[in-house]
Parts: sequence; C-alpha cells; structure tokens
Amino acid sequence: MTVPPIAMLAELTYRCPLSCPYCSNPIEMAQQDQELETATWADVFRQAADLGVLQLHLSGGEPASRRDLTELVHAARTAGLYTNLITSGIGLSQKRLAELDEAGLDHIQLSLQGTDAGMADMIGGYRGGFDRKMKVAGWIAEIGFPLTLNAVLHRKNLHQLPRAIEMAVEMGARRIEVATVQFHGWALQNRDALMPTKEQAKEATRIVAEARVALKGKLVIDYVPADYHSDYPKRCMGGWGTTGLNVAPDGLVLPCHAAQSIPHLEFESVRYRRLRDIWYDSAAFNAYRGTDWMADPCKSCERKTVDFGGCRCQAMALLGDANATDPVCVKSPHHGRLQDQAAAHASAEAELVYRSAPAKAP
Amino acid sequence: MDPSSIPALPRGVRLHFDKIRDTWVLLAPERAVTLDAIGHAVLSEVDGRRSFAEITASLAEKYSAPQAQIADDSEGFLTALRNRRFLDVSP
Repeated sequence: MTVPPIAMLAELTYRCPLSCPYCSNPIEMAQQDQELETATWADVFRQAADLGVLQLHLSGGEPASRRDLTELVHAARTAGLYTNLITSGIGLSQKRLAELDEAGLDHIQLSLQGTDAGMADMIGGYRGGFDRKMKVAGWIAEIGFPLTLNAVLHRKNLHQLPRAIEMAVEMGARRIEVATVQFHGWALQNRDALMPTKEQAKEATRIVAEARVALKGKLVIDYVPADYHSDYPKRCMGGWGTTGLNVAPDGLVLPCHAAQSIPHLEFESVRYRRLRDIWYDSAAFNAYRGTDWMADPCKSCERKTVDFGGCRCQAMALLGDANATDPVCVKSPHHGRLQDQAAAHASAEAELVYRSAPAKAP
Repeated sequence: MDPSSIPALPRGVRLHFDKIRDTWVLLAPERAVTLDAIGHAVLSEVDGRRSFAEITASLAEKYSAPQAQIADDSEGFLTALRNRRFLDVSP
C-alpha cells in the first residue's frame, strides 16, 4: 500500500554561484525563466502538507539565489511544514538571515566544500566562497538557528574529515553529515578525479566511528559511505516513492533528484497536476515502488525490503538497465567489475569538470 | 537522568500533530519522530522550567501510576532524544 511522503525536496532554482564538480543537478538544466513563481511554490507547499509531508528541504542550486526566499519560507511555515534551508551560504547576508528567522525558518544545513579556503574555493570554483561561508556560519550561530554542517567528501579532501568534524563543533552545529560523493549527475563525469581509494573509505569509516563515541550527546554524525566500495547498496530515497519526493525548479515532480537520468520515465509537473495525484497515481512514481518490478537476484533476496535493490539511477548509469540490481551489491553479477572500476578510477588522475550554469532565457 | 535535571526542547525541535496520520510527532532538524501516547505525554510536560522529578510526579498524578515506574519508562526515551540532540538537559 502506498503511504504518504514525509519529506519534500524543493529545488527552487538551478542557479548557483558555485560550480562544484559533484553537483547533483542534472547535466541538462532547465532554463531560468521556467522557474516556478512564488505563488505556485506556495500552493505546492500547501498541497505537500495536505498530502502528509512534514519536512520541507529548500534546496537548489543555491536557494538564496531566489529573491523571494523569505516569502517562500513564510509560505512553507504557514502551510505547517518544518522548513530546512540547504545552502552554501553564498547570497545570505546578516540582514537576510534575520528576515528568514522572522519568517520562521526552522533549520539550516550549510555545505562544506573543504576545511580551508584553498580546498573549498578550488572545489566550489568560487574564490572567496570559504571566507564568506565562515562569516555566514557566525551569523547563523548568533541568531541561534539549529545547524547541520554537510561535509561533502571525496579523494581530494577526505584527509580533511577530522578538521570538518572539529569545525562542526566550533560552529555549534548539532549535527554533521559526512557525505561521501555519490556518483550521479556531474560527479559521474568526475570519477577519475574524485573517486576515493578503498583505504580512504575505510579510514573515513573508522574516523566517524571514533568521533561518534567521543562526541556522543554533543554532535550527531550521519554518514554516507563511499558506495562503490561497499558490499550492499544504499536504500536509495528510503525506497522509491515511499518516503520523499522532489520538485525541480520548473515544477516537474521526481521520485529522486537524479530520476531524469532514467530515459523511459515520464514526469509530470505541478503546473498541470495535483501533487497528490502525481504521488499516488503517476507512472513514474509507481515504476519502482515496492518489489514487483524486481528480477533476480533481488526478487528472491532476503534484503529486498531493506535496500529495495539499491539505486535505480545507478543501475541505469552503470548498466544501462534501471531494473537491474544496483551493481554495488555483492549479489550483482556486475559487482566484481564495479570494484575493479572503482579501483581504476581511484588511481586515475584527471582535471575537474566543473558544473556549468543553467541556460539563460533566450 | 538526574531527578533535578531540567529537560527542554531546543530551538528547532517541536511537537506537531500530524493530521494526515492522526498522530503526534516530534519535528526536529531533518527528522520526524512518531510519538506513542507515553512519548507525547512526557514531552507535553517538558517546558524547560520543571525538573525531571517534577515532570514524573505530575505524570504519576495524572495517570495514577507509581512515579518510579514513570521515571523508568521515560528515562530511556528522553536519553535517546538527548543523544540525538533533540533534547537539551541542564545541568
């Protein structure tokens, strides 16, 4: 039986001052003039609350690139949603943060590209970004917003993990997400530059385990391990169409932010259909719901409702078949090849391919 | 938890009645915790002023149950919330 979603990711815009080479936005980005208007978003937030969404994540791109961000936060809170801003900090001033506080913003998740300006600005492709982010972190603490630091890690900066955890404590964050890059979107093109080594992945797991003990009750650590080096795939999105949904800047409703990489799926827009109908009745949301779509080895696997066969977009990207078992899984016939591939990427050298900006209106 | 400790919901953590699922939930940064009747009763008493002992005494009276049992039942729950940073406890 289909249950209501708990979380919605609203990608307000694909515009962003940074150009991180692992950006989760699609390679083909919608044009700026197709972004949903303020009133449409406000209506979508009400529809989401009526559908059962509790948590709203305002993301992008950089959500602060929307001039109406404060209005959008206000609309979300009025709809009764817990409102989380996922930001690099660029575009937030002290004044704007005070306005967001006034509008009822519940929580901020601040991304971290590196623990010093050299690393962070190189990865973000934006000079001065790190210094600005540190200023913003100070203002966030002054206002007292609950803060999660989101450290995105890969081969070039995994050695900075201990410092990232220290920084989270110094900033007064209650939580840090230690997120090893997942290879979708732009990151897929940067595997030779960003794939961590197996040793780095192990070391990160050890550091996280130790820090969890040392910082118990002080800092919560959520950890996304390097999945090419894992034996079981991630429970992507908590299961397709079970927990969360994603609304792209132009209003397309997606089961996950990468779903447009599965070419045979057709997505519907909040401009033309109610969110409820899209969640319950659309072909894209029903495509990989539950376990009926599975073939072996998933079909007969005791873990099939633990990880739902892993990530559909990854199966598509790596095997050309979105119905296949995620090759991260040891039971996949392609697992050995993926491990070899991961080792090859991890020992390769390549220039970073930076994310490019969305197309301007013609 | 020490009887004299004062629990409080920190900023960004709040009780919310989920009309769609007909249940109380605790909303926290990027998490929603479904509350059973006991969890909701305990958190409804948490006001950032009264101690753990005062809270369990109030619940004992309200539900005609032994205070020690209520303290036992709620301590694990509150400690788990504290470890997830969904609850502040002072001192």
